[in-house]
Amino acid sequence: MEGDEIMSEQKKGQSIEEKQYLVRFNADTKSHLTVMDEDICLTKCPDKICTIFCPAEIYKWENIRMHVGYEGCHECGSCRIGCPHQNIKWEYPKGGHGIVFRLA
Amino acid sequence: MPEKFDCIVVGAGPAGISCAYELAKGGANVLLLERGEYPGSKNVMGGVLYRKMMEDIIPEFHKEAPLERPIVEQRFMMMDKESAVTFGYKGLEWAQEPYNNFTVLRAKFDQWFAGKAVEQGALLVNETVVLECIVENGKVVGVRTDRPDGEVYADVVVLADGVNSLLGKSLGFHKEYRPDEVALATMEIIKLDSKVIEDRFNLEKNQGCTIELLGDATRGILGTGFLYTNKDTLSIGVGTLLSGLIEHKIRPYELLEYVKTHPMVRPYLAGGEPVEYLAHLIPEGGLKSMGRIVADGVLVVGDAAQLVNAIHREGSNLAMTSGRLAAATILEAMSVGDFSERTLDQYRVNLMKSFVGQDMKKYKDSTHHFNKFPQYFDQYIPMVNRAASQMFTVDGKSKWEKQKKIWKDLGSPKEKLKLARDAYRAWKVMK
Repeated sequence: MEGDEIMSEQKKGQSIEEKQYLVRFNADTKSHLTVMDEDICLTKCPDKICTIFCPAEIYKWENIRMHVGYEGCHECGSCRIGCPHQNIKWEYPKGGHGIVFRLA
Repeated sequence: MPEKFDCIVVGAGPAGISCAYELAKGGANVLLLERGEYPGSKNVMGGVLYRKMMEDIIPEFHKEAPLERPIVEQRFMMMDKESAVTFGYKGLEWAQEPYNNFTVLRAKFDQWFAGKAVEQGALLVNETVVLECIVENGKVVGVRTDRPDGEVYADVVVLADGVNSLLGKSLGFHKEYRPDEVALATMEIIKLDSKVIEDRFNLEKNQGCTIELLGDATRGILGTGFLYTNKDTLSIGVGTLLSGLIEHKIRPYELLEYVKTHPMVRPYLAGGEPVEYLAHLIPEGGLKSMGRIVADGVLVVGDAAQLVNAIHREGSNLAMTSGRLAAATILEAMSVGDFSERTLDQYRVNLMKSFVGQDMKKYKDSTHHFNKFPQYFDQYIPMVNRAASQMFTVDGKSKWEKQKKIWKDLGSPKEKLKLARDAYRAWKVMK
């Protein structure tokens, strides 16, 4: 079964927005994630797979460009490794900034 | 901050703290750098901490460390859509000293552990990202941080910067990882009354239980789900190879919701309130993905060195042992005043001789094998469920008939041969 079918089964579940609301972020004013070549997302990447596998759904495709909501990033590194075109420049947020886990 | 230390440890997770603790205890002047607000604020794990490797560093730590519950039962559920074949082990010897393992919440535990390193004399500096290693004449001699005037020097730098070891990569120790070398895990902490947890998991007060969830928990993709008991919270999570999520176009948080609402899991969580959501990568490539871990003036420990035993859900214990062994080698290097690769290589030798290296060797093919042959997860686990249902449903058919039906369910002679071959292959990679 593929992702879309899970989604239709999951209507009752908690949304990613609700999950992200549980997390504390101390976002910097500057993004630590950069799409290096916007054109590659537009022309070479029909799947826009980063919009699917990112656990915080910070990548959103808006008409012709990739919007990166870096403020909600978990700093997991998946986008850097999973981007099929190695098109994401991935750095750590400035010291003390970014996600702040309180529990596990 | 003095400009030069004996040693700089980058990253205050279990590997880095262990190393800093042992070094400071041995009399070295140690700087421990952490990029988060506090140690543990960037760290995630399922939540099982093994007693032995921690006790190798701080004996009787359980008397003061912030632990959740000692684990007395480990269960495994091989799940299908509406059923599960469950097995496990419960032993009350684990409820007594010296214990086997504990559930912990990392943000609390890592802060405590780092505090112990500070007590030994390590200097902990939070909120500091190391941007790069300073290399002179092919030798690492310090680090450049994101603080103003943030260059610090040392005889040895220990990279404990975790799964996203940008420093190791920039030194050319390893290539960028592939999506089939890392697992993406998402998890939630669910608040629930401690008495309810004890009743629901069949536990006495101050006892814990872990359940590993296989098969339908990951929709047949290589990976596992997990459900662990903390004091008054549960940890529920699911991790699969990143390549699996990509291939099947599955959103990780929807997979987590799928596990949470699965009929075999839902009753455990009922009435609980989610209080935190976390995501993290786990380096699961094993020995074959391990890069270089020693060079002139530098050592790599923990997740940054890919030290994870995915089959046995072990990681933090490998991290702690690697940190401890690295520290021992550094102390020896200090005594002879030689920080070249030749001297520091003793760390690699000792690591590979220890249980860490031995286990990494034992399971070197396992992730790759199960990834290459997905039928273990998407076919054989449902098959086991059907067989159990067949055998345990009393409906007037003789057990002979039932066995015949199970045998038929295994498929054509060709498919049976494939099953036998797969069983043999699985045994070979795990033996």
